[in-house]
Amino acid sequence: MLADKDRIFTNLYGDHDPGLDAAKKRGAWNGTKDFIDLGQDWIIDQIKASGLRGRGGAGFPTGLKWSFMPKDVGERPHYLVVNADESEPGTCKDRDMMRHDPHLLIEGCLVASFAMRAHACYIYIRGEYVDERIALERAIKEAYDAKLIGKNNVHGWDFDLYVHHGAGAYICGEETALLESLEGKKGQPRMKPPFPANAGLYGCPTTVNNVESIAVGPTILRRGAEWFAGIGRQGNTGTKVFCISGHVNAPCNVEEAMSIPLRTLLEEHCGGVRGGWDNLKAVIPGGSSVPCIPADACEDVLMDFDALKELKSGLGTAAVIVMDKSTDMIRAIARLSYFYKHESCGQCTPCREGAGWMWRVLDRMARGEAEPHEIDLLLEVSHQVEGHTICALGDAAAWPVQGLIRHFRHEIEERITQYRTKRPHVGGARVQTAAE
Amino acid sequence: MSEDLRKIIVDGEEVEAPAHYTLLQACELGGAEIPRFCYHERLSIAGNCRMCLVEWVGAPKPVASCAQSVRDLRPDRDGSPPKINTRSEYVKKAREGVMEFLLINHPLDCPICDQGGECDLQDQALFYGRSYTRFDENKRAVEDKYMGALVKTEMTRCIQCTRCVRFISEIAGVEELGLVNRGEDAAITTFLEASLTSELSGNVIDLCPVGALTSKPYAFNARPWELESTESIDVMDALGSNIRVDARGPEVLRILPRVNEEINEEWISDKTRFVWDGLRRQRLDKPYIRREGRLQPASWGEALELAADKLRGAPERVAALAGDLCDAESMKALMDLMRSLGVQNMDCRPPGSALGEGPRESWLFNTTLYGLEDADAVLLVGTNPRIEAPVLNTRLRKAWLEHDAKIAVIGQPDELTYPYAYLGGGAQILADIASGAHAFAQMLKDAKRPAIILGEGAVTRPDGAAVLKLAADIAAMAGMMIAPSEDLPEGWNGFNLLHSAAARVGGLDLGFLPGEGGMDAQSVLSAAANGGLDAVYLLGVDEYELDALRDTFVIYQGHHGDRGAQIADVILPGAAYTEKDAIYVNTEGRVQSARRAVAPKGQAREDWAIIRALSERCGRTLPFDDLAALRAKLMTEHPTFGAVDYAPGGASAGALDLSGFGAAGELDGAALQSRLTGFYFTNPIARASTTMAEASAASGAASGALAAAE
Repeated sequence: MLADKDRIFTNLYGDHDPGLDAAKKRGAWNGTKDFIDLGQDWIIDQIKASGLRGRGGAGFPTGLKWSFMPKDVGERPHYLVVNADESEPGTCKDRDMMRHDPHLLIEGCLVASFAMRAHACYIYIRGEYVDERIALERAIKEAYDAKLIGKNNVHGWDFDLYVHHGAGAYICGEETALLESLEGKKGQPRMKPPFPANAGLYGCPTTVNNVESIAVGPTILRRGAEWFAGIGRQGNTGTKVFCISGHVNAPCNVEEAMSIPLRTLLEEHCGGVRGGWDNLKAVIPGGSSVPCIPADACEDVLMDFDALKELKSGLGTAAVIVMDKSTDMIRAIARLSYFYKHESCGQCTPCREGAGWMWRVLDRMARGEAEPHEIDLLLEVSHQVEGHTICALGDAAAWPVQGLIRHFRHEIEERITQYRTKRPHVGGARVQTAAE
Repeated sequence: MSEDLRKIIVDGEEVEAPAHYTLLQACELGGAEIPRFCYHERLSIAGNCRMCLVEWVGAPKPVASCAQSVRDLRPDRDGSPPKINTRSEYVKKAREGVMEFLLINHPLDCPICDQGGECDLQDQALFYGRSYTRFDENKRAVEDKYMGALVKTEMTRCIQCTRCVRFISEIAGVEELGLVNRGEDAAITTFLEASLTSELSGNVIDLCPVGALTSKPYAFNARPWELESTESIDVMDALGSNIRVDARGPEVLRILPRVNEEINEEWISDKTRFVWDGLRRQRLDKPYIRREGRLQPASWGEALELAADKLRGAPERVAALAGDLCDAESMKALMDLMRSLGVQNMDCRPPGSALGEGPRESWLFNTTLYGLEDADAVLLVGTNPRIEAPVLNTRLRKAWLEHDAKIAVIGQPDELTYPYAYLGGGAQILADIASGAHAFAQMLKDAKRPAIILGEGAVTRPDGAAVLKLAADIAAMAGMMIAPSEDLPEGWNGFNLLHSAAARVGGLDLGFLPGEGGMDAQSVLSAAANGGLDAVYLLGVDEYELDALRDTFVIYQGHHGDRGAQIADVILPGAAYTEKDAIYVNTEGRVQSARRAVAPKGQAREDWAIIRALSERCGRTLPFDDLAALRAKLMTEHPTFGAVDYAPGGASAGALDLSGFGAAGELDGAALQSRLTGFYFTNPIARASTTMAEASAASGAASGALAAAE
């Protein structure tokens, strides 16, 4: 359990004024000049030492990512781009940060940009986030007016911050598609390499970070890397904002320590699973794209990157979607599958064709109108998509399906049998189960 | 500069590949075959079809070899070169997966698809496809898009490889195709569903790996295996693009490009590709004689006798002109015949042209088409390369795209496919640049590889010689002549003449020009108008104002009933370029031979043979009995014809005397302009083609619609 004093986002619920003065009282913009005076290398070393891993889903060490940027600025300027295109179903952490604690993000942008020798930073905000954009722009104006950022600011590092409003495509949350979109093109992921640190926005060295990764930066510097590294487990350090939704009594966003047991998280902060712990059926622990884990695995799993990876799932964005026994798992996953089919950019073959195929099969399976052998077909199709695409959307479309079949294959088989029992004309009187 | 070579191991064999190669190219170096749909050497890399997946041992996922550069391959963990497998079970499985995805929404309509038999998808499905489908859902259907008169669409077949989109925006330089919508609804469409307006639009048909984009005029005409292919040379413009003529029996059914890196890469213009239906219409298939004011069929004997009779008159009252599509052999034969008759009034140039005097370089495209890509400052004078030579225009666009070549235009402010500085229309600007007074003079001087391109229109006017001289002055001023050296073995000659006719350079090289005291084309026409001539021999002349010849006896030899035939008194039916073995010299001075794909129509004969027969009737039998003998004579007497497929380029740049180019004189006030006013109807074959008419109308309508939309 995270102590109140260790919270970074002290206004996550909007109980206080998000304005500059109030934010300063809560600690924002405190000592920023000092970090900048300590130099780029110090900042990057601190972030590395803190063990901060990217909060956008992939969990790549943030300090390491920053260190990939060229040490010297050549002909091409450096850019920091903040990914605020928070569209992963179940995820709503960045939204509250931008609404209620925008100054932490702005300060983080300045510090991170300085660390990477960028004088300009773009925040690419999701199209649906209108209020958040307004809140963010208001805060940015305050920061400009107070000369905290901008040309000739008090920190001695010329820095401009721009907010770019997206148009509501999920794929634009993929970092290279985001850059394409930011450049005014159609949001389709680029091939890597070259990686953005080499050729990103307008072909210039660019780092794309999640809102949370950037916003926690200044606090880490203020309180020291050891403090951050001391929370959570080795390799999974720090605090993390979890977004818990679904069948819990009190869905919420909460900042907690990494590696908190899932059960503790649900019971302490969300009022427990609807109908009690025994009513739990499955949890999607990291946003819609990670495979679900069944109730028995939820008992003692820790909420961090490595523990969930062992369960063949992932922490993702830490958007915990809780499903109780009333949930029709097949329909739930079919709905997610529809989402990925709808959001596939259509650029590369496996995702374009495979996402629609998986959804169609699942849609029939949810009604029971399927052949038993199609379960294996579906699994195979998902593997044909996974790892064969330009970006990770293909993987994201495949994983929920794999999770479903891994843990709830029996339900699909039952559904097919059930559908057939009263329909003698449908081939095969009874479905053989995996056990047989 | 030594090349950066990297060692990689492809299927167990060590390969040394340049670092800038893609993994796909490197694997091919090692002899592996990599299937692909979206990848194309001349287009940017999209990496979207995923068919070229290979295994990089140690990598977590299969790698798209088209998008992975050799430079980015890391050595193995033990320090040995990276290992790539292209034939492993892992790779096969990955590709089979991709192939299955490509096929689930692809219609099974191969039996009625024009791409059948030459379809990449069909071919690859043979290796990576399943024999049955596991996809039980409904297949996707996509609405067909209108792309104009040339490109037929069947968008349900599309596999979204985006080759067409990339070609149209990158090479053709018009942003008229795009991929709209996303996911499985992604579809290729034209901007505002209007016709493509590019002169190169037909190339998307070749690029399309499936049957989504096919040739509209060729639709349902033939299967590829029924066709007999002949490798030949195009005559629609002066580039001499390399083509393949596909014929079935007596009919040419389609024309496709052949790869020639130095000329057309692998593109051809729409006129080159689609003109073939013009080869069937308006043909002169038997001799005609004008009797009682009307052209009436005649026998070869009658027609030749009548023609010979007229030619035997007073030689100073006889003239011979050669037109735009003539091959070198027929011009040589006619020239020799006329000379033996004592006729001096000969010309192969359009009336008013100042070319033909001075060194050969003064009428050649000396930079060469391939070399033009290296130009960094180009001055276009009285030319619109987009309509005169669309394929050359792609080289200019490439020069601009790849190293930001500065391009300026004197003439008409036409719509080109790259930005240019418009300096004005008048020839006076040339004088200003030559004297260094104009700002662009410095730009040319500062350039490493400056070039000037004169259109035929710029030198076919009263002050043509003066324009030619000024252009040479500019070339001298800007240092456009760089002698071959160790750094630049080919040398650099920045002076260029862009001809608009396939016959021109051949005629000029032969010296099909006025002899001692002879009249040029302009004088022939005015002399004829004043009754000063008894007979005029028109060898395929259709592009000039020929009304002046109305009262003169006209012998027309050619293949189409066009302007020349209308005023003719005797018609000797000849062969079109697909119907004869013939030599053409392109604008670079490159000698190439076209080959006979089909027989001449009806009683028509190959052109040199007609003139040979005529010479016999004139009592001046030419000393050759077959084409080989004629060619031997041609090459002996005109050695440049002996160097086949060779463009002299900058070889002579060091020693070239520019003072022989043109002559000083009064400049005309009129604005410089291209000799051509449009792209589609520049010769009798194109004018006979309904496809060209439809394409012109569709493109015109689309331009109008686009302009209205803007």
